[in-house]
Amino acid sequence: MTINWFKYSSPASFYPLAGRFIPWFFAAAALLAIGGLYISFFLAPTDAQQGEAYRIIFIHVPAAWMSMFLYIVMAMWAGVGLAFNTRLSSMVASALAPTGAMMTFVALWTGSLWGKPMWGTWWVWDARLTSELILLFLYFGFMSLQAAIDDPRRADKAGAVIALVGVINVPIIYFSVKWWNTLHQGASVSLMKSPTMARTMLLGMLVMALAFWMYSIAAMLMRLRSIILERERNSDWVKGLKERLS
Amino acid sequence: MNAPRLIDALLAVASRDLLTALRHRADLLTTLIFFAIVASLFPLGVGSETALLRLMGPGVVWVAALLASMLALARLFAGDYADGTLEQLALSPHPLTMLVLAKIAAHWLASGLPLVIIAPLLGLQFDLNADAQLVLLASLLLGTPTLSLIGAVGAALTLGVRGGGALLSLLVLPLYVPVLIFGAGAVEATASGLGATAHLSLLGALLLVALVFAPWATAVSVRIAVE
Repeated sequence: MTINWFKYSSPASFYPLAGRFIPWFFAAAALLAIGGLYISFFLAPTDAQQGEAYRIIFIHVPAAWMSMFLYIVMAMWAGVGLAFNTRLSSMVASALAPTGAMMTFVALWTGSLWGKPMWGTWWVWDARLTSELILLFLYFGFMSLQAAIDDPRRADKAGAVIALVGVINVPIIYFSVKWWNTLHQGASVSLMKSPTMARTMLLGMLVMALAFWMYSIAAMLMRLRSIILERERNSDWVKGLKERLS
Repeated sequence: MNAPRLIDALLAVASRDLLTALRHRADLLTTLIFFAIVASLFPLGVGSETALLRLMGPGVVWVAALLASMLALARLFAGDYADGTLEQLALSPHPLTMLVLAKIAAHWLASGLPLVIIAPLLGLQFDLNADAQLVLLASLLLGTPTLSLIGAVGAALTLGVRGGGALLSLLVLPLYVPVLIFGAGAVEATASGLGATAHLSLLGALLLVALVFAPWATAVSVRIAVE
């Protein structure tokens, strides 16, 4: 039996598949979020130094992780679209950008809310905060460039170039706490060593990160479906869709 | 008849751009005057206390040079895009990456280097001492080509796109931040006695990385724009 690896690589075939997946990803996100929030409020112990206010970590860190991860995924799909001239890949990149920007904003906002009681300041211009702010501007740049170009294919390619040029920022954010003396917390979770935080806290963070990931996929798929309908509106399969009758 | 050599093509592109820039001296002067005005706005805005000005001088001169350099970017490809020369460059047998590099080099000579030359005068407005001035010169000498190279990618991406100047700023300013941080940081490190070697080395590294990758990214962007 030969597998057609490219069966779903056209907008027309991916559209119904995305539609079937969306409820499952939202459900997974909701369940994981409920579980994660339960862990974060009721199971995770009080922090020795920070008391109860540290619990914002269960939103702040997953949002920050997703902001960096989504940018890389977005740049990757935009790059695939640029290299192989595929439409769907670029549409996925465009669909990811607003969710990524939102995650970046949530990370910055919750970080600010955490910083005021903990460090005494809403903001400090250290390496990690500055580079995360740059990431937000990079997302905005990507979205603005695509919005300013009328021809969708040219917008795809131009966005891909700017996304790929900006991807260098993500390792800078990630390693900033190692390379510079910063006020921001160093890395407590790494691939090579055992984590330096209580296990329940780590579990809560990972569950919430998974919840944010499932949500991001669901949001991206919904947005992707809208983008597909908009861009393919003159094709026969869109004209024949049941949704159009409503 | 022999095909023209690459070096001849590069020199032809660069000298044409330099000649055009010479004939439009007003453009260069506008950039320089903008540089001077912006640098002068800051003391007017924050008060003229000398100690404060000495502290913020390097950063202000650097930001002003960065903004002036960004304003000049629009001229890099716009003229050639409008009259079809850019399309001809893209169609030529020579690698577009190298042709673009020649254009960026000529553009820097015409608009970036003058900024570097008058920067010490603005440094005087902020009472920078001789050491700081020297490091300011060095950092701008390393930094402005990097800014031109990075900015060229943005300039090529926004060719013929509405929202031109502001959109170019939004795209390019986040990418300028590392250059700004190390450039202004070099001068501040000199002032505080730490020595600017680390900052200048990193600026040099940024320039080298930009030299290798920016012309390629710009060539890709030019092809996207002229297709």
